[in-house]
Amino acid sequence: MTDKLYPIEVEVNGVARSAMVPARVSLVDWLREELLLTGTHVGCEHGICGACSVMLDGEPVRSCLMFAWQADGHRVTTVEGLARPDGSLSILQDSFCDSHALQCGYCTPGMLIAAQGLLYTNPRPTDLQIREAIAGNLCRCTGYQQIVDAVRSAAARLAKEKGQR
Amino acid sequence: MKSATFEYIRAGSTAEACEALKQEGDSIKLIAGGQSLIPMMAMRLVRPAWLLDINEVSALKFITTSDDGHRNAVRIGACTRQSVVERDKALAERVPLLRQALGYVGHVQTRNRGTIGGSIAHADPCAELPLAAQILGASMILRSSSATRTVPAETFFAGPMTTATGADECLEEVRWPVWDERRTGSAFTEISTRHGDFAMVSAGAQIALGDDGRCVRASFGLGGVGQTPLAFPRLAQRLVGTQLEDEAVRSAAEDAAAESDPGSDLFATAAYRRHLARVLTARVIRAACEQARSKA
Ligand code: FES
Ligand code: FES
Repeated sequence: MTDKLYPIEVEVNGVARSAMVPARVSLVDWLREELLLTGTHVGCEHGICGACSVMLDGEPVRSCLMFAWQADGHRVTTVEGLARPDGSLSILQDSFCDSHALQCGYCTPGMLIAAQGLLYTNPRPTDLQIREAIAGNLCRCTGYQQIVDAVRSAAARLAKEKGQR
Repeated sequence: MKSATFEYIRAGSTAEACEALKQEGDSIKLIAGGQSLIPMMAMRLVRPAWLLDINEVSALKFITTSDDGHRNAVRIGACTRQSVVERDKALAERVPLLRQALGYVGHVQTRNRGTIGGSIAHADPCAELPLAAQILGASMILRSSSATRTVPAETFFAGPMTTATGADECLEEVRWPVWDERRTGSAFTEISTRHGDFAMVSAGAQIALGDDGRCVRASFGLGGVGQTPLAFPRLAQRLVGTQLEDEAVRSAAEDAAAESDPGSDLFATAAYRRHLARVLTARVIRAACEQARSKA
């Protein structure tokens, strides 16, 4: 049986994209396989690991728990959209490097999206709030402590930068 | 882990959704946030021929905390996101138990997508929102193309993942009773392997005290220990008139645990769940009572 195709228009990392998609294609599969934005990882495909986290209209969601057509008319930001316009790492990404907040890197895109979502709404989070924000993201390597360190240091660097401006 | 083939319809209004339900009946499934439905489709536990999307129906997204003829209730549109409810300060004050329960629902990413009505309509016996609805005696407003009816939580939850909603009905709104008593306290807690996972057992209570410190109103319940979330109105009634002294709380908790009917699985035996039912019931009643006492 061939799937019926549906038209969608989604703004992905600031670029308007239109496509025809079968109803059952998940948002993460569309991002990775059609748009070739393979920065977003896919682990469990049923909403447990958080590797597939992206922002939908500025809020973190799991892209394996959405069909691509549900993003129609919305704004999606993937990890590729977090870097600065010139392609260099954002302060948050740089802090992940500095704090050794990744080893294999599988969870990293999801962690970055979750952490960025937190910093948007809460620029000076407590450690507990950081832990709460990344609670839906599994990491099998770091033991989480360095990730918490990275987010804390990113918050401090961002605050400092803001103070200077 | 990919869903089977299906087609979808996007509803522009509740009326449109009801009309589609009437036409397609059993072969159609409503999708709101999809945080429970999509994994079930991925695992092929459900294979609907049609999905009816109500995410873009703005009439299903509202929180009304003002007095508007439903004086003693807060009305929440079924498609209101859990994260929106979580951030609503006025609501947290009027229906504190709901806010407390939400703190245990999934994670930031799933609450940004998941809806109040979706969780209640899904009716997982371990889920927090159905339990909060059961404890507070919330009412579900069900709409079909020809009628609207109000079903109380007590009869709405019919079994595991089973509700009184007909194949042609759409959950439109959930009405949460507001307790007017000034000295009202509430508490919610649960035990799970990891925070945000489904609970092995969850418990919630809401208590109101009179000026003399006697209990004037009480309600409590348990999740994960039966076919539906359980409330214990008869046991709660026994607390009314007492000072909620240790003995009264202990016996209510023991009887609630005895009346519950937990099962065993990989994570916990029935005996352990029953133990948790007793301990957590006592804990939430005491915590709710403490909070009420602090409102001198
Ligand atoms: S791939 Fe989406 S949560 Fe695991
Ligand atoms: S760095 Fe390997 S899973 Fe997190």
